Amino acid sequence: MVDTDNSLTLSASGLTRKYGNNVAVSDVSLALKKGEIIGLLGPNGAGKSTTMKMITGNLAPTEGSIKVCGIDLIDDPIIAKTKIGYLPEIPPVYKELRVNEYLKLVAKLHKVSSKRVSSAVDNAKERTGLTEMSERLIGSLSKGFQQRVGIAQAIIHEPEVVILDEPTVGLDPNQIIEIRSLIKELGEHHSVILSTHILPEVEAICDSVQILHKGKVVFDDEIGGLRKFRSGKSIQASFRTPPTQEILEKKLTNVKVSQVREGVYRISGLELEDDPTDVLVQLSVHEQWGLFELVGAQASVEEVFVELTTQDETAI
Amino acid sequence: MIFVIALKELRSMFASPLAWVVLAFVQGFLANVFLKQVDTFMIIQAQLARTPNAPGLTELAVVPMFGAAQMVLLMSIPLLTMRLISEEKRNQTMALLVSAPISMTQIIVGKFTAMVAFLCLILALIAAMSFSLLAGGAIDLGLIAANLLGLLLLGMAFSSIGIFISCLTMHPVVAAVMTLAVFMGFWVIGLAASDPGSWLNWVSISKRFEGFLDGYVSLPDVTFFLVVITLFIFLSIRKLDSERLSA
Repeated sequence: MVDTDNSLTLSASGLTRKYGNNVAVSDVSLALKKGEIIGLLGPNGAGKSTTMKMITGNLAPTEGSIKVCGIDLIDDPIIAKTKIGYLPEIPPVYKELRVNEYLKLVAKLHKVSSKRVSSAVDNAKERTGLTEMSERLIGSLSKGFQQRVGIAQAIIHEPEVVILDEPTVGLDPNQIIEIRSLIKELGEHHSVILSTHILPEVEAICDSVQILHKGKVVFDDEIGGLRKFRSGKSIQASFRTPPTQEILEKKLTNVKVSQVREGVYRISGLELEDDPTDVLVQLSVHEQWGLFELVGAQASVEEVFVELTTQDETAI
Repeated sequence: MIFVIALKELRSMFASPLAWVVLAFVQGFLANVFLKQVDTFMIIQAQLARTPNAPGLTELAVVPMFGAAQMVLLMSIPLLTMRLISEEKRNQTMALLVSAPISMTQIIVGKFTAMVAFLCLILALIAAMSFSLLAGGAIDLGLIAANLLGLLLLGMAFSSIGIFISCLTMHPVVAAVMTLAVFMGFWVIGLAASDPGSWLNWVSISKRFEGFLDGYVSLPDVTFFLVVITLFIFLSIRKLDSERLSA
């Protein structure tokens, strides 16, 4: 199954990677269009980094094929790699170099023509907010700025595909917001793959998402699909004069009710089309339950993982 | 591309004090040997003048310095090659080079080129000391050229072995100790190879180097060094490639 569609900037099919008998990644496929951001989501050890290493040519896949802009990464690595920018988990920076020196070196390594090197360096610094740090030694920069140097390094040669492995790990909230908006901006001109274990991050910036678990893809959909999957699953209601659990279950049809603590109930098993929120509010006014808080609880990452992985096992 | 990597490597070397310390150590040690030899020559000069076919200034002052330089390289090259690959692995910067559109061969040859440039710097300092004798007398330029060539080949062979060992580990210090141990092994082989007919003689790096010390540039010796250099560069490339496949 080889995709020859020209609009795809990256297509990987049937990627499998084994370490001895241990299968780290099994049959992962990715297709990326220009201007699209894909999120790879998964708990630690799910195979996100391994997948990214294979796509960037840092690790040879045991099985499967990877094409970058129609060029086979395994047969023609040198040409294919000019079209990829990669930020590994740990930014690959030389701490003894200055930001300028380092970016110039990277531009040359990526075969940016010597006339364009300095403009490419300036451009990358501007986009990542590093202009003021130009003459600083990378080793003396904070973790957040080193991460930015890592991102600058990945985009300096204007690659078609940018691959970012956990780009916001270890940053403070302000920096996370900045980096996220930078990634969104990148997504306008490049195709971006990013990995993370933070669900809201994927929802905030990605167009589509793949969830990996133990090396297998357990969820692959547009971002809207994930939102649907997560939301509308349950709500949490707090009452001043609470009814009993049985009354609630009787009055609201087709739901499961569980008590979180005194006066607080979690109502789950909801379907989007059959939302009982209105009914609940009306009932509360009518019966004088004193409803004072109603929270639409979204499923957390853990719940999504649990649900997906248990689904997966029952499917087998 | 090879030169981009070589320049980066030289910049990293000189950014740390290590390169400067090694240069100072090499220069200080060899200058000491050189001065002692020149002193000895001054003392026995009168006797030599009366002896037919006596060794000249070059043989007495310059050649012993090159002999000492062999030991100095044996000790200092492990310190220079230790971090070339292992540190890239340790700091995870190897990913930068591997993801860039360059081949493993270019990476290794680039790093080797940096080592050769550094060696040339050491050789230039040694040559400058030798040529300083021109101020006071005549020297055998051919003999010095043979010595410089021999020392360069020896340094290159040591460097390629050092780079290969640096590929094997993530810890620069482990690489340095292993490299030094291997060089010591070669040195011991040289000591053991007293019988000229023995096969030990044939594989001994130091015995091969002795030919150059006598001003004797022979094709087998040059070929021997070139084969060692090529072999270990090739092994280094294979090692890095295999990591991509199996690590």
